[in-house]
This record gives sequence, structure tokens and C-alpha cells, in this order.
Amino acid sequence: MKCSEFLTELTNYLDGVLDSNTKVELENHLSWCHNCYVVCDTTKKTIEIYRDSQLYELPEDLRGRLRSAIMTKCQQHKKRGPGSV
Amino acid sequence: MGAIQNKLEGPVSDELTLVRAAKGGDDSAFEELVRRYDRNVFRIAQHITQNREDAEDVVQEAFLKAYGNLAKFQEQSKFYTWLVRIAVNEALMKLRRRKPERTVSLDEDIKTEDDSLPREIADWTPNPEQQYSQAELREILSKTIQGLPPGFRTVFVLRDVEGLSTEETAAALELSVPAVKSRLLRARLQLRERLGRYFQKRESGDGDQ
Repeated sequence: MKCSEFLTELTNYLDGVLDSNTKVELENHLSWCHNCYVVCDTTKKTIEIYRDSQLYELPEDLRGRLRSAIMTKCQQHKKRGPGSV
Repeated sequence: MGAIQNKLEGPVSDELTLVRAAKGGDDSAFEELVRRYDRNVFRIAQHITQNREDAEDVVQEAFLKAYGNLAKFQEQSKFYTWLVRIAVNEALMKLRRRKPERTVSLDEDIKTEDDSLPREIADWTPNPEQQYSQAELREILSKTIQGLPPGFRTVFVLRDVEGLSTEETAAALELSVPAVKSRLLRARLQLRERLGRYFQKRESGDGDQ
């Protein structure tokens, strides 16, 4: 496997959807190609850091206000009848 | 090095029960759906708009639109996927209004295959996120993802942050599966490269004195 082929398969590999033959070829490539190993490892870390970051969590007080605003608007919509959104 | 595990499996078992009850006029069932997905919608909206007030508006508008159009929801996809599609459209509309000078579209032309080939291949420190405080790390992550085109960051957020499958992401964004995969690869590689500026391993004894 060449480096460019590794890159094509990287997303499927990280998502765990590679067929077993390609996976073996890719892991064999990673065992000797340091650059691709680093790209693979740091891309995986990138995903994990974003996934675990709790970026843009909705604060509970705001959450309550938004939900009550949504439900009030839904009631108004119901009174006005369909087609009013 | 194994595959990434998705954080969200999504409690879908009684989703349909709630949706049907809401369709039948049970507002408490709809409120339960709001409670279930409001955090996700807010996160997606803020990732796309990069603006907290806009994200708040998107949450309200998306749920209100879902409520008003519930009868049209065909139940062929998950309610959540349908809701995400509505929310993404609302968020992109906000972005267009705020940045009319820039084209905001999920169909941005993808350049040649070479433009996202990694240029910098420096390794990172073993636990890069521990070098920074939580607040600093959030600032870094937020700034870094802001630099991606909206079409790329939307795919990344739905797939990698919210844990939608490739097929669900494609359905929510009305893109093909190959288009989702291609954008996802570019988004991941671009973020990796940009984060490298903060997380790169520093060589010891590099002559700085």
C-alpha cells in the first residue's frame, strides 16, 4: 500500500468499516511508514479530543428558558392552526 | 490503533412512540423530544453559526418548525435525523444572513484531491489536551474548527461529535455517502494539521537558549 492509498482508506479505517484484507494491508503499511502512522494517530486524537471536549454545552438555566419558549410558541401555533410556522 | 467508538448510540426505542403521541396532539410527548435533543441541536447550531445567540434562535426555530410540520414527517428516517436536517438548514440560513458576502453552502466545490494531503507530519505530545486548562482547550478547539468551511465542519460535527452514521449524515445533509466521506476526511485532516500548532511535540535541546 502506498501513502496516498493509506490516506484514501484512513476514514474507513478510523470508522472501523474496512474489509479485513485492506485493514491488514493498511496496518502493515503503518508498521513501517512513520509519517502515515503519525497522521493516523493524530487524526484519531483530533476526533477524540473534539468528541470529548464538551464544547458548546447548553447551560441548564438557558436550556430551561429555551424549552419553555419553544413550548409557548408551540401552543400559540396550535391555537392559530396549521400552516402558521 | 483501533477504530473510533461513537459516543452516541441514541435512545431510539421509544422515539417513535413519542413522535406518534406528539402527532396526536400530546404536547408533553413533544416536550420530551425537545428535552432529549435540545443539547445536540444547540451544539450543532453553534458549531455551524459560531455564534451563541444565533444558536439559541436555531434551537427555537428548529423545534418550532418540527412541531408545525410533524404531520409531514413520514417516519422513514429517525426523528432525530429529520430534526437535524431542519436545524442545519436554519443554521446555514443564519450564517448566510450574517455573512452575505461569503457563499455559504454545503455543496462547496471540492478542490483537487491533493489540497488536504498532510504537509506537516510532526508528532504530538502524548496527552496534548492536558497541556492546557479546560477553558484554554475549548478556546483552541473552537478557534480551530471556525477556520474550516461550513460544509466541512458540519459534516465533522454530525459524524464525529454527534455520532451520526455516515448514512444518517448523508440523509440529514442531503448529500451522497461518498460526498460525506470525502468532506469528513478533509475536515479531519485539516483539523489535525491546525491542532498540530498547539499540540506538537517540542524537540528537546533544539538550540533555544
